[in-house]
Amino acid sequence: MSSTQPPEEQHPAGEKRRQSDSSPWNWLLLVPIVVPLCTPLFNDKSPELLDFPLFYWLQLAFVLLGVGCTAIVYNRTKRRD
Amino acid sequence: MPHASDHVVELVVFTLLFALVSVMGFAAARWRRAESLDHLDEWGLGGRNFGTWITWFLLGGDLYTAYTFVAVPALVFASGAIGFYAVPYTILIYPLAFLVMTRLWSVSYQHGYVTPADFVRGRFGSPTLALLVAITGIVATMPYIALQLIGIQAVLKVMGVTGHLPLIIAFAILAVYTYSSGLRAPALIAFVKDTLIYLVIIVAVIVIPYKLGGWNHVFGGAEQALAQPNPKTGQPKGSLTLNANNQLQYITLALGSALALFLYPHSLTSVLAAKNRDTIKKNMSALPAYSFLLGLIALLGYMALTAGIKPLVSDGKADTNTIVPSLFDAMFPDWFAGVAYAAIGIGALVPASIMSIAAANLFTRNIYKEYLKRDATPAQEATTSKLASLVVKLGAVAVILFLDPQFAIDLQLIGGVLILQTLPSVALGVYTRWLHPWALSAGLVAGLAVGIGMLYQIPNPNNGKEHFGGSAYKLSLAGLDTEKQIYVGFVAVLANLLVAVLLTAILRQTGAPDTPDATQVGDYTIDRAPDAPPPAATGTPATLSGD
Repeated sequence: MSSTQPPEEQHPAGEKRRQSDSSPWNWLLLVPIVVPLCTPLFNDKSPELLDFPLFYWLQLAFVLLGVGCTAIVYNRTKRRD
Repeated sequence: MPHASDHVVELVVFTLLFALVSVMGFAAARWRRAESLDHLDEWGLGGRNFGTWITWFLLGGDLYTAYTFVAVPALVFASGAIGFYAVPYTILIYPLAFLVMTRLWSVSYQHGYVTPADFVRGRFGSPTLALLVAITGIVATMPYIALQLIGIQAVLKVMGVTGHLPLIIAFAILAVYTYSSGLRAPALIAFVKDTLIYLVIIVAVIVIPYKLGGWNHVFGGAEQALAQPNPKTGQPKGSLTLNANNQLQYITLALGSALALFLYPHSLTSVLAAKNRDTIKKNMSALPAYSFLLGLIALLGYMALTAGIKPLVSDGKADTNTIVPSLFDAMFPDWFAGVAYAAIGIGALVPASIMSIAAANLFTRNIYKEYLKRDATPAQEATTSKLASLVVKLGAVAVILFLDPQFAIDLQLIGGVLILQTLPSVALGVYTRWLHPWALSAGLVAGLAVGIGMLYQIPNPNNGKEHFGGSAYKLSLAGLDTEKQIYVGFVAVLANLLVAVLLTAILRQTGAPDTPDATQVGDYTIDRAPDAPPPAATGTPATLSGD
């Protein structure tokens, strides 16, 4: 929420336009798309972590990779008012 | 067979929680109250005004269905590592959808689109292509709703409740409060559903491995059980890691399923209900919390193997969907098993409600308004959608009651392949208008044909079916000298794209006439100003421009 109300005339339809949503940061999104599909990375039982075979703990860890990459892209491309 | 008299506590807890969410479903009509619900933006999209938290619960409740919670561990139980595809699938979906869904939100906000077919209609100006997308969406969604009933049924079976009446009552209540409250009902109930699911799973992954002697026993016991030969094929049932033949299947299944999920009309319904672009982007990084949960849920399959849980047998067929409820029954005190069953049961209501709204909206916007009553007012649209949502749920119940539930599972398998065929027109359409609408229509039909043709060829040795026995296509069926398997939907969408691109190149070369594009470049990045009122409240009816 902005502290000052924008003048009504500037946003007649209550919306904002900007030219593009492209950004070099968007390429970072490819990392959590490609890495979880590289089966040779994790298709093994060892090393184990907390009794979990590699196949299971590493793929669960990829969740953090996904969260991290999307969060960075969101922050870097956020509209600054 | 279990008897209901042994499960009184579970039944009472289950019924109480079920009654609680039913009351919430009806009360939802007053929640974040709109002027009236006589507008599709209000009834079908909750006013397009949901913030980050509500969207998180709603999308979580929408994408991770009761059937997922029951079927994924069942697959891990039956086949081992391949069932864990659900984890990469639900990780890569969010970076994939991150940009596409925000662009789709913007253009839909700008033009008042409610369904994916609305967008296709405006973007490509082709009623034929829009109709194909709408019908594909409805056909893919219907069996998915029926599957939610199978989720509830699995729980009822384990509690010893037989007969169809409880199922009919549950769905009748669901139908009535969806009719009266629209998308607000599942949005409100999703809070209860997800809280219960998180609670149950966190308790389960602490208590059950502890009772079984630790995680190394869970994995060790599962490995031994999976190494046993399958009596039907003589091959081991599975293993803790992938083998040389199912890696390609794992990759294509994860990628194909991820591409399909946000194309389902009900996913878009929840996305369009968000109030601005930031809400969607934030959710794309917050929703993987559910994926982590799903990974843990998948491991319930191994816990069931180690604990020696046997699927319940009814009509001579072993129903592996019962292994999760049976595991809870064996491991939890009665009252908590009741909570767990309620989590699954309520987990079925949220997506079933959203799916029926999405299918009803497709019918209203892309069949009723396009072909039957072009001058329909917003109020008439809302009424039609409400009635259509009742019909859709009636259809789902009829499938379960009068046809074999296996039929619904087969249809859903086909549905995933079908919905993937809308990828070129919906997901690529958000980025490019180069593809010609005729070529897209031809590609869609080609993709449907290839997909259904391949699924028809797949047998299932486990239940003796000769056709539609799964989605893993052995490449040897296509005459290739290999034992490798691939996901059907992936091949079908490649065929679809190939036809669409080649035909577009030919049509553009020969100067075939094109239809107008109602959208502009800026529409795809437009955002709502922080204080702007909900679109429906401004009094401007949602219209399909470009007619």
